[in-house]
Amino acid sequence: MDNQKTYYFHDPESSRKSRSNDLKKEHQKEAEFTVALAGNANVGKSVIFNQLTGSEQIVGNWPGKTVEMAEGKLNFQGHDMHIIDLPGIYSFSTFSMEEIVSREYIAYEKPDVVINVLDASVLERNLFFTLQLMEMEVPLVLCVNQMDIAKQKGIIIDTKKLEKALGVPVVPTVAVRGEGLQELVKTALKVAEHKKDCKKAVKYDAIEYGGELENRIRDLAEMIDSEKLDLDYANWWMAIKILENDPEIKKLVASKSHKIIQYADQLAYEIEKIHHEPTFAVMASERYALANKIAAGAQIQTEIKISFSERLDKVLTHPFFGYITSAMVIGGLLLWTFVIGGYISDQMTSFFNFFQPVPTSETDPLYAILWNGAFGGLVAGLTLIVPFVVPFYILLSYIENSGLLTRVAFMMDTFMHKIGLHGKALIPLILGYGCSVPAIDSTRILETRRERLLAAFAITFAPCAARTIIILSLVAIFVSIWWALALYALDILIIFIMGKLALKAMPGESTSLIMEMHSLRVPSFSVILKQTWNRTKSLIYLVFPLFIVGSAIIQLFYVLGVLNIISDFLTPLTVSWLGLPAFAGVLLLLGIVRKEFILLTLVSFVGTDLALALNSTQFIVLAIVGMLYIPCLSTIGILIREFGWKAAGTITAANLITAFIVGGLFAHILPYIL
Amino acid sequence: MSAKDVLSESIEEYLEVLYKLSKEDPLVKTSKISESLNIAPGSVTQMLKKLDSMGYVHYSPYKGAVLTENGLIKAQKVTRKHRLLERFLYDVLKIKKDKVHAQACEMEHVLSDDAERALCHLLEQPDECPDDLEPIPACNFKFTTCEECKERSNEEIDEVGDRNEKLVSIADLNEHEMGKVSFIRGDYKVIRRLMDMGITIGANISVLKIAPFKGPVEVSVRGSTLALGRDIANNVFVEQTV
Repeated sequence: MDNQKTYYFHDPESSRKSRSNDLKKEHQKEAEFTVALAGNANVGKSVIFNQLTGSEQIVGNWPGKTVEMAEGKLNFQGHDMHIIDLPGIYSFSTFSMEEIVSREYIAYEKPDVVINVLDASVLERNLFFTLQLMEMEVPLVLCVNQMDIAKQKGIIIDTKKLEKALGVPVVPTVAVRGEGLQELVKTALKVAEHKKDCKKAVKYDAIEYGGELENRIRDLAEMIDSEKLDLDYANWWMAIKILENDPEIKKLVASKSHKIIQYADQLAYEIEKIHHEPTFAVMASERYALANKIAAGAQIQTEIKISFSERLDKVLTHPFFGYITSAMVIGGLLLWTFVIGGYISDQMTSFFNFFQPVPTSETDPLYAILWNGAFGGLVAGLTLIVPFVVPFYILLSYIENSGLLTRVAFMMDTFMHKIGLHGKALIPLILGYGCSVPAIDSTRILETRRERLLAAFAITFAPCAARTIIILSLVAIFVSIWWALALYALDILIIFIMGKLALKAMPGESTSLIMEMHSLRVPSFSVILKQTWNRTKSLIYLVFPLFIVGSAIIQLFYVLGVLNIISDFLTPLTVSWLGLPAFAGVLLLLGIVRKEFILLTLVSFVGTDLALALNSTQFIVLAIVGMLYIPCLSTIGILIREFGWKAAGTITAANLITAFIVGGLFAHILPYIL
Repeated sequence: MSAKDVLSESIEEYLEVLYKLSKEDPLVKTSKISESLNIAPGSVTQMLKKLDSMGYVHYSPYKGAVLTENGLIKAQKVTRKHRLLERFLYDVLKIKKDKVHAQACEMEHVLSDDAERALCHLLEQPDECPDDLEPIPACNFKFTTCEECKERSNEEIDEVGDRNEKLVSIADLNEHEMGKVSFIRGDYKVIRRLMDMGITIGANISVLKIAPFKGPVEVSVRGSTLALGRDIANNVFVEQTV
């Protein structure tokens, strides 16, 4: 919780300014209307967003946050619209960054209309969120999506009745097939135009909670009104939030008027006396009671049908078959990534065959830096990252959007608890076997910074593809395959030990799993492609400059002879403690860019018969140190992006220390064994 | 110690064992009780007859005993005190794990309800005991959440009164069993998250599936399907309905 606090806006004034600057404003300026899509997770919001905006999208982070947002443009009947896809949330409390970002966006940016997307098959729970949007008094259109899935479950929804009960226009849609979207945009446009004309907050009469609650909310809202606080939130909504003891809103109001808070505390106490429940619990019950009433009035459950997806679900979470299907999903993901990735990587490597590093001593130094360094870095990125990342992201996106991932997380939850994480953390860890960079990127699916950090830390020790290459080519070839396997086992043991240590170092309540198991479905192909493209793009932006610049700098050092100086400086460590030849310092320095460089440089020093330069102990020690000593440059880069310099530095230091301790121990013990 | 105290202590010991054994099968066999308490089957039968006459169990000869609702409430109470004390001995007094059980067995019979509540506050609403990670049953005060309990002073507690209803955590329900949410244990954050997802006090909830190895529980509430980690499921208590 404490960790999350850093993401809160403590000063709404300054954050508003910075956000306005950061947001792609020019996009918004030329648009006539701003439309925000809001709703629960997995209701098909992204599908609608993709259908509406086509290729005109920008995906970025909210300033200073790891909450993703997508923006796009739509021209409809001559009107330019700016569309923003808010994160999927269940409520407007302050427990996740997504919730805070969403409510601040609505309050500060004041979209002309909010399209609230609902899952028709889970109407009551979705209406709970709708009621909160209505409390915020925003211009609203309801989009009841996935009407087809509801029908399969035997639920029929009368949208006219819903419209009447809520006093909000309602449009039924099946977004994956594009059904109802024309009507949706038309209705949204009408609401937005109306809002522009009368410029007033929209008051909804449909929300009426119990008398003892309603009266107190009204009293407080009137007091807020008379105090003229000049805040961006609706008074009614702020009154509710203060009564609910919302820390952010309370602080915001307290900075302007203490009288309100005192009065609110008294009202909250009265409510708690009547209901014997905290006010937030009373509010939640009231909202759900109303949502239940409205949903019951607008839907008919014809017959309870067991659909194909429910039958499939039974297998996926079966106490026995569930583990088999989970293993198949995970294994399939890895296999697909390595097989497809390996093939593409081979193709690209042969395409870049013309690239051969030139011997540094014989060429113009500048040429060596540009060719060996910069261009070499680009080729490395193209042949190693892209081929594995693209197929991986495609399948991951499929697994996520179809609902398969939630089933795997459900089955694997118990095992992940052993290292302080829950079921969903399995995905980043599996990814770590391929490449740490997308693996750390995907820790975003976890709830708290602490958990993301724990997972990222474990990932930096995982045997990624590059580490596998080192183990295989140094140890399997020159010592024995059994020692190679032993090192693999050692690595897994180290992950487990370090995971436990990190848990000790970062104590805290681990978040328990609270996860919606939405219906299994065939995901929209366009959403998968868009998601894959956006993820790959943001990775390329991060990794490629690092590869190119980093590799050029190392070459520069090499040319200047700095490497040898540092390497000499390192001899107490490399020669005395680890028992390696003096040039190992250079290898390890170059290996920071990419682990494979350890091998490549070694070959360029001593030729292909490495056994001439190293003995068995040295092979094993070099492999251990190479495997553990530091996350590669791009991994460090993504660690900094996700967690900041301090955390990235700590993780890197932990890697270094572990590597030299374990390496040194082996260097001193192995001679007695081998 | 008077003979009456000895008797009430031994009743509590029996109820505790019955509670633990009835988790596997509601009908607890005499032989199993005799094994657990290390008491001759003849004496166990005598005691079960006595408990039957007191309304704590239904005893059927040669079959065993089933806890009545009254018996269950009393059994939960003493089990709760026992497990809270284990937590206290382990967390606060730093007594070794293998010693807390015996010590707690001695102390549980003399712990007052007020002390039990204070202990629960001190330990911040613990939900499982340290030695075998068994869940701690909910308290018998008529609260719906721990938030409310924290707000109330000791003087106000009589006003609140006893719950005296049979509470089961959803982790203890079987697949396809259902209930009405009546108490949620935990801090503000957890309670709030659950309520946002529809698990409010009074909501009907049914268990769809339980993952093996103490994994999550899949429940249906308000037409939606949720997976709850076992630690959360342990903290959502319902009155069972059919």
